[in-house]
Amino acid sequence: MNGMNITSAQYMAHPITNENDGIEATIDGQAYYIPLAVGNRHYDEIMRQVAAGTLTIADAD
Amino acid sequence: MSKAAELAALIGSQTALSNRNLIINGAMQVHQRGGTTTMNDGQSYSLDRFQGFASAGGTYTITQDSDTPSGEGFTNSLKVAVTSADSSLASGDYYVIDQRIEGNVLAQAAFGTSGAKAVTLSFFVRSSVTGSHGGSLSNSAANRSYPYTYTVSSANTWEYKTITIPGDTAGTWLTTTGIGARLYWGLGAGSTASGPAGAWAAAEYRTAASTVAPISTGSATWYITGVQLEVGEQATPFEHRSFADEMIRCQRYYQEVASGSTYFAGNGLGTTNIIVGIPLATSMRATPSIKQNGYTFHRSGNVNSSGANPSVSNFKYDIGRNAVGVRISGWASNNTDEVAYNVTPATEVLAFEAEF
Repeated sequence: MNGMNITSAQYMAHPITNENDGIEATIDGQAYYIPLAVGNRHYDEIMRQVAAGTLTIADAD
Repeated sequence: MSKAAELAALIGSQTALSNRNLIINGAMQVHQRGGTTTMNDGQSYSLDRFQGFASAGGTYTITQDSDTPSGEGFTNSLKVAVTSADSSLASGDYYVIDQRIEGNVLAQAAFGTSGAKAVTLSFFVRSSVTGSHGGSLSNSAANRSYPYTYTVSSANTWEYKTITIPGDTAGTWLTTTGIGARLYWGLGAGSTASGPAGAWAAAEYRTAASTVAPISTGSATWYITGVQLEVGEQATPFEHRSFADEMIRCQRYYQEVASGSTYFAGNGLGTTNIIVGIPLATSMRATPSIKQNGYTFHRSGNVNSSGANPSVSNFKYDIGRNAVGVRISGWASNNTDEVAYNVTPATEVLAFEAEF
C-alpha cells in the first residue's frame, strides 16, 4: 500500500540566509509547503522515501 | 443502560468523571475537510482525527452521515461504503479506519510500565455485514498490538460494543507529542496484517484474524459513532462534549483558517515577498504543513491584485504558540519593504496540518 503518493519535492531556500528551510511537495495531488521538522508527518514520510531510494528532493532554485 | 447502572459504571470506572475519553471527535461531529473521501491504495484523513487506509484491490468511501443510534443523543456517524470489493485479500493487504492518540494523552494508562492499566473501548456500530469483526490497538513503533473482536449480530442495526484491553507492560509507548497509540477498526486484512485476538503480540496486527471483511462485499456499509476509549476495565456512558470543545481539540491537528475574502495584514519583504501573521485557533501538535494555494495581494490604498500565482515559501512557527508567520513569494515588484498589504487565500481554504 502506498502511504502517501509524493510526485515532486523541492527544497525551498530562505531569501536572506539562502539556507534550505522547507520543502515544496505535491502529495496526493495537493501542493504543500512542508517544514524541515521531525514529527511533521509529511516531512517524516519524505525522509522515509528518500532513505528508501524512491524519492529525490530537488535543490532549491 | 439504566441510571443505576450508569452511576455504578462511573463510580467503578477508576477514572475521571470528565475528560475521560481519550478519543477526539468520537461523536463524529467535526468534519473540517468536508465531502467524501475515496480510499484506494493509500491513506487519508476524513472526519477530523479519523483516517482511512486501503490497499490497492478495493475501494471504499468515508463520509459523515446523519444515521445514528436512536435515543443516544448523537447527530452524526462515520460511514464507510464499499464501492469496489476486494474479494481476494493478499497476505499483506489491509483496509482499516484508525485514530492515532497523542502520547501525552495515552500517558495516564502507563503502558510499557509495570503499572500499565487496562483501557476500555466502547462504540456504536452498524454494518450490513454480520459476524465477528475486528480491530487492534498498537504502539508507535509498530511492534506491539492487541487485536480485538466484536460481533455484529443483526445487519443494518445499531449495536453497542465494549472491549476491555489489558494494559501492556512491555514495549515502548510514547508519552510525548508523538503517536501514543493507533486504534484500528478492521474492514478486511490479509494473513500477515491480522493476528490472534485477545492477546498482546510483538507485531503490528491491524485487526484480528478470522474476522469478516466488509471490503470483500460489494456495496457493504459500516457505520460507527460514540467512540470512547478510557482508562479502566469498565465502559462508562459516552462523554458527550460540545461541538466547540471537540472542534478546538481537532484544531490541534488540523485547522482551516480562512478562505477567500478573509484578509490578513502583511509586511513587504523586498519587492517580491510578503510576510503575513496568521492567528491560529489553538497551538498545534507539531510544526504544521501548509496547503499551497494561490494568494491575492492588495496594496494599501488600492486594490492592486497580484497577477501571479504566488506560493508559500517559508514560515515561522514555534510549537505552543498561536500564530504563524508565513512568507508568500512570487509577486511582481512593488515598493521595497512597503508595509500594510492585505493578503487573502484566493482559491482554496488556508489550512494548517499537524496530523500524525
